[in-house]
Amino acid sequence: MKLTLKIWRQKNRDEKGKFVSYSVNNVNPEMSMLECLDVLNEDLIQRGEEPVAFEHDCREGICGSCGFMINGHAHGPQTATTACQLTMRHFKDGDQLTLEPWRAAAFPLVKDLVVDRRAFDRIIAAGGYISVSTGNAPDGNAIPVPKGIADRAMDAATCIGCGACVAACPNASASLFTGAKISHLGLLPQGKPEQDRRALNMVAQMSEEPFGGCTNIGQCTESCPKEIPLEVIANMNRDYRVATLRKRDDLIQVITPVTTWSSDSKS
Amino acid sequence: MSTGAATISKHQAPGFWKSTNGKKIVMAVTGCILFLFVVAHLLGNLLIYAGPARYNAYAAFLHFDGSLLWIIRSVLIVSVLLHIEAAAQLWLRNKRARPVGYARKNSDGASYASRTMYWSGPIVLAFIIFHLLEFTGGFIHPGSQFIAGNVYHNVVAGFSVWWIAAWYIFALCLLGMHLRHGLWSMLQSFGLPHSRTRELALKQLALWISIIIIGGYISIPISVLTGLIK
Repeated sequence: MKLTLKIWRQKNRDEKGKFVSYSVNNVNPEMSMLECLDVLNEDLIQRGEEPVAFEHDCREGICGSCGFMINGHAHGPQTATTACQLTMRHFKDGDQLTLEPWRAAAFPLVKDLVVDRRAFDRIIAAGGYISVSTGNAPDGNAIPVPKGIADRAMDAATCIGCGACVAACPNASASLFTGAKISHLGLLPQGKPEQDRRALNMVAQMSEEPFGGCTNIGQCTESCPKEIPLEVIANMNRDYRVATLRKRDDLIQVITPVTTWSSDSKS
Repeated sequence: MSTGAATISKHQAPGFWKSTNGKKIVMAVTGCILFLFVVAHLLGNLLIYAGPARYNAYAAFLHFDGSLLWIIRSVLIVSVLLHIEAAAQLWLRNKRARPVGYARKNSDGASYASRTMYWSGPIVLAFIIFHLLEFTGGFIHPGSQFIAGNVYHNVVAGFSVWWIAAWYIFALCLLGMHLRHGLWSMLQSFGLPHSRTRELALKQLALWISIIIIGGYISIPISVLTGLIK
């Protein structure tokens, strides 16, 4: 099948980007979106042009590396599907696909379809941990966890941190991501000791990054390839509200968002 | 190129009001106060169907103590100001959060009401100001004389002007849309845990509460226009 790919090309953050249309004639319907770009890139390299930069790693929909807007949908129009798992049979012969990077101030563009998602890493670093005693490995089932709680925690834990929620959100808010991280640890007994500090720390770091605020619109959960429910945002808000009331004098600190790479930064 | 941050400097975290979650909790609480007012105001307004005597008596009852009236008004004014301030700050932040827009963007999963909150809100505010100038202050009262204390007369005379009635109906529909998203959104901002089925049920409930409230409000100008209330 034959497709026209209208792709955002931008050399680096400082140069102006633009859309460039490429026609790809030998698309196999069983190819994934990324394989389709591989085919295009081979062609571009043979012609001596710059290949399209895109991020990828596992190509099985579990690493969270890939992701860009396909025709206005984060990861494309299929629900619960990452860009690497999106097969081209979902499009019609002769279709035009518009590929754009995630657009958010908190995700500065690196090149073409690649954005810098380290803001997520800083949110994780702010509170995405639990305390574990050293010594012998504890008995696996020593702490009883109700089935319903385990399921809800697991639903939240399926987040792969791809950034589709931020990309799809009209406000470019990271609430679904942060909510998923706060929920998946905070719901389980193992995560209870840090529940308050986790909510305060992660929310503080999220607010420090240039993300927008949540207005409960719900496009995040709709575009999430792991179908993280909107409930995680309610969990985050409750944990944050309770933690704010219970807070005594623990100092909550945040890391200044860094948008440059260490190789070209001054300090 | 490293995967870590280039420099790590720690400083004091933004507090409750600085966080977007804190602002939304403030919006949820103030929104809830304003919603309760909207319900109480509707119940009072519906007394217009009980005739001029009872309606004017109800209006007089509201004014039985001037200082108590102003305490309630102060709570409402503070709620409105906080609600607007939080919304304005979030709006500015959200604008800055996406400096480069999309060439193509769908709106799957987003209700029309949720995407137009920043439109319905300011229009409803303009409506409230107009409404206070017309029926509370009596400064705008085209087509008839405003009589302080004779609320029944003021309402009937006011809504007899077709464009005032039309403007009320339009603005009230926007208020309904604002409530349709706001009622569910306040529960979410306040942190009510919900399964997917409960989420859909709550959204339906919010829709029906808005329809009932706005239906009740709109019935008054329509009744005046159709001559049901004279």
